[in-house]
Parts: sequence; structure tokens; C-alpha cells
Amino acid sequence: MIYSEKVMDHFQNPRNVGVIPDADGVGQVGNPVCGDMMTFYIKVKDDHLADVKFQTFGCGAAIAVSSMVSEMALGKTLHEAMDITNDKVAEMLGGLPKNKMHCSNLGADALHKAIEDYETKTKPGAKEAAAAAAAKSPEVHEEEAACCCPYCDGPVEGMEEVCSCHQTSQILSHDRRPGQGSAFPKGP
Amino acid sequence: MKRVYLDHIAATPLHPEALEAMLPFLRERFGNPQSLHSDGQRVLEVVEEARERVAGLIHAGESEIYFTSSGSESNNFAIKGLALANRSRGSHLVLSAVEHLSVLNPAKSLEKLGFTSTLVPVDQTGMVHPEDVDKAIGKETILVSVMMANSEVGTIEPVAEIAKICKGRNVLFHTDAVAAAGNIPVDVRALAVDALSLAGDQFYGPKGSAAFYLKKGVRILPFIEGGIQEGGRRGGTENVAGIVGLGKAAEIAQAKMAERSEKAKVLRDLLIDRLPGKVDRVVLTGHRDRRLPHHASFCIEFIEGEAMLLNLDMKGIAASSGSACTSKALKASHVLLAMGLDHALAQGSLVFSLIDGNTAEDIGYLLDVFPPIIDRLRKMSPLYTKYLEEKGK
Repeated sequence: MIYSEKVMDHFQNPRNVGVIPDADGVGQVGNPVCGDMMTFYIKVKDDHLADVKFQTFGCGAAIAVSSMVSEMALGKTLHEAMDITNDKVAEMLGGLPKNKMHCSNLGADALHKAIEDYETKTKPGAKEAAAAAAAKSPEVHEEEAACCCPYCDGPVEGMEEVCSCHQTSQILSHDRRPGQGSAFPKGP
Repeated sequence: MKRVYLDHIAATPLHPEALEAMLPFLRERFGNPQSLHSDGQRVLEVVEEARERVAGLIHAGESEIYFTSSGSESNNFAIKGLALANRSRGSHLVLSAVEHLSVLNPAKSLEKLGFTSTLVPVDQTGMVHPEDVDKAIGKETILVSVMMANSEVGTIEPVAEIAKICKGRNVLFHTDAVAAAGNIPVDVRALAVDALSLAGDQFYGPKGSAAFYLKKGVRILPFIEGGIQEGGRRGGTENVAGIVGLGKAAEIAQAKMAERSEKAKVLRDLLIDRLPGKVDRVVLTGHRDRRLPHHASFCIEFIEGEAMLLNLDMKGIAASSGSACTSKALKASHVLLAMGLDHALAQGSLVFSLIDGNTAEDIGYLLDVFPPIIDRLRKMSPLYTKYLEEKGK
């Protein structure tokens, strides 16, 4: 099995799935290029997270991560919740496959965004700022995400598709003829 | 729990007769076929018998079959070996955009040696149009490679027409028939291909045993040097048991192809016809009719493949997906993207591929357990919520 028992438990029985229609804060991370998208909704009462709900489009790890984050955050003060890190979430889940760490382990980020959203909304003068922000078109991140080296699970920089230790170009580049671009997309 | 195996494209079970044929060569008949003593020579005879059987499956001559370790090796052999051996004639390759990575990546690494490649696009059904191949062939072109059938979407490519074009333009033609050979009729003479890859684990043979067809007289660079085996073109002590199993599986596949194919088609069509009625927003991927008899592939909107596979597995069903999350590199299938599917839809990829022995009950079971799984995952999906909101407006 690629996942720990804890991950499978949260994947099969995710806690706190859903939408809060009148949420005090909403945070969204990820994009379908890399595979995972998470939306967190929070309700705040006396500086505490009175309710946390999430929705996730993604793999088993992404669903388990979201569920774990919601469980860890519920009842905490906003300050405490900001201390939840992606690494802590992975640890609480009994670890995640290396290649899922970059892509699917985004739950804490989504929660933090929801808290920031709440803080922006409740700050003095926030209504005007929110109206201005809403007038702008929503951010769309459709960048070609290169997530993970298929050979060693390491992170991949920029647009490359394998990490530096697996690039053959260093060995063979002396033989490349100038002026001829590659026919292959940067994708797969 | 009931297990329903619907992942032919990943592996087929070893045919019991192939296993029986293999066993003596894992036990007492251990001789090296290259040895001059009778322990070796008697093993050589069965290796050559297996070669005849594999040749028979694709209507080739025995001397045109080379044993390899995998379909990927055969593809690497074809692309690198043919390109490098024909370098004096030109340095341009033409490949379809939906080739297996064991065709695309060797061509890509050949770019570092001065070769260039053109990728021919496909239509929404994953079909290559022969006239596009014709257009892509130039003065420098030495090799065209288009697969016979695509394992991710099942589409059967018009290989005969493409081969004809290549012949007319005096360009070598290789076809990756790994998903096709042993499952649909393949005749290298009628198709007029110069090279072809096939693998035993796609037709009830053992894993690690595959073959490469090269038309007599076509030049190729050796793939593994330093051994006299396989005419010096692919050195290394023969995987005798694997070769024997491959030969037996080829013989059975040839005899049973029509029967297996008819049975699979009935179940495939049942699945293709019924699944979209069970769950809304499902699209069939690949061509509806020109597809492998055992292959039904879909994209399920708003949810992701790995989550579906894990849920299906918990219900005892084995299937595949081309979603980013299921690939080690976490990237969506280049095949689905080449067909024009967007990233979100490609993430919902599911492939069901039938094996001999699957029944209508198996399909019924899948159709029963499928809707609740999809429902549960969609309830979790922000994309589905957004869709419902927009639909409600």
C-alpha cells in the first residue's frame, strides 16, 4: 500500500467535509494541472475556529491531508491554527509518499488562506478593499506544474521534467547541433 | 471479498499452459542455448520453436524476430537502433503525439545527438490522420513511428495507411503493437511495416518477455552489444523460460483470438453503453468503434482518478487511470492532453480493460458499486459544487 493506515482512515472517513455558506473566511489552493485543489471554509467565534469545513478535488493524500488539517484546526485559536504546518500534517498522518509532499500536502496553506481572508474582511476599511479586489478578475494559476522527478521523487525546478541528477543533457550536450529547438512539449 | 480484475493493460494473468511450458526451464533444463553440449543445444531448439510461434502470431519470418525484455525495450531498440543506423540518410523522425513514452523519450534523447522530431497530432478520439503523417515527412525524414493501438484510450490507429505512405516516401515505419499484438490480428506482411514491438504480458504470457520484429534486410544498430545472441543485435543470455512462455502464449493467442475478442467486445460494449447511464457527466475517451476489444476508458468529471482507483480497489475492483496523481511524476497523461482534454477532465481518467474470464456479472458488479463511489467523491469536490451552483442559476 502506498499510504499509511492513518491516511487511508482519513481518506475513507474524511472529517468535516462540506461547505459553510456564510463562512467568515474562505481559502483556496492548488490547480487541476498538478492534480489537487482544496477549499477551506471557517467560522470564527471569540478568536477561535468554531467550525472548519473543506472540499477537495484530488488524490487520496489530498483528501486525507484536508481532513487531518480540519481536525487539527477545529477549536484552536487563530494564532494556534496559523502554527499548523504542512510538515506537521504529514507527520500526524504517519508520513506521506515523497512525491505527494509537494503537490498534495497543501491543506495547511488552504487553512491559512481562509484565516487571512477572515482577517482581511474584519479589518477596518476591509469592505472597500474587498470590493476593489472583487472588481479585479480572479487569479487563475494554470502554470505548467512540474511537480516531481519520476525517477527519484525529488522536487523538480522550474519547467524541467526530471531533477538535475537525472538529466542526460550534460553528458550529451556537446553533440547538440545549434539552432534546432526540441519538438517535445515541456509536459510529459 | 470478490475481486474483479479489469486491468488488462497493466498485466494479464499467465496462461496455465504457458506456465507449464516454462517450468522445466526453471528447473532441470537450465542449459545455456549457446552451449555446444546437448544440455544447451536441446534448449536452443525450444528457443527457436518459440521464435517460430511468435513469428506466426504476426505472420513474420522466424529470422525477423528478436527476443527482448519488454515492450519498452523493443520500442527503444526500434527508435534508437533504426535512427542511428540510418543517420547517413537523414536525421528527422515523425512520431504521433500519443506514443508510449518508450517511443517518445528515446526520440527526445536523440535530439541531443542532432536528430529532430515532429509530433503528429491526433483528433479528439486519439486517432492519427494519415495525411498529417504524410505532411510531416520531409527530405530528412528516415523513420516514422505510430502505434497500432493506444493502451490508454483503446483507439486503433490506421497503421496500414500510414505504412503505405511511408513506403511511398521511402521512409522506415515502426509500429508499437504492444497493446495490439495477441489481442487483434496483426500481419506484418499485409501491413508492410519495417519494425514492430510486442510484449507477452499483454496476451497471457509472462512479464519480462517481449519481442521485436525487424523486416529482413533493414539495417539497425545492435541494442545490447557484446553477445552473440539474437544475431548479435541484442546480446545477453536468453531468458529461456520467459521466451518459452511467450511462444506458448503467442500460439494460444493466435488460436483463440477471435473467440476471446468476441467475448470481450460484448462486455466492453455493455460497460460503454451502461456506465454513462449510471453516473452523469461521464465521457468516453478514445474512438467508440475503432478500439481494442477489451478496452473501455472514460473521464469522470469533477473528481480525480487516484481517489476513484483506491475506492474501487476497496470494493475489489482493479482498474487504471491516466490522472496526474496516479503517475509517479504527478503529471496528467500526455495522451489525454494531446486529444484536447483539459487538465481537470484528464484528472478524472479511468481505464477498464477486460481479461479472459471476466463475466457480465463482473460488469454488473462494477456498475452497482460505481455510482456511490462517484457520488461520495463529488460531494467532496469543490469543482462539483461550483458546477451545481452554475447549473442552478
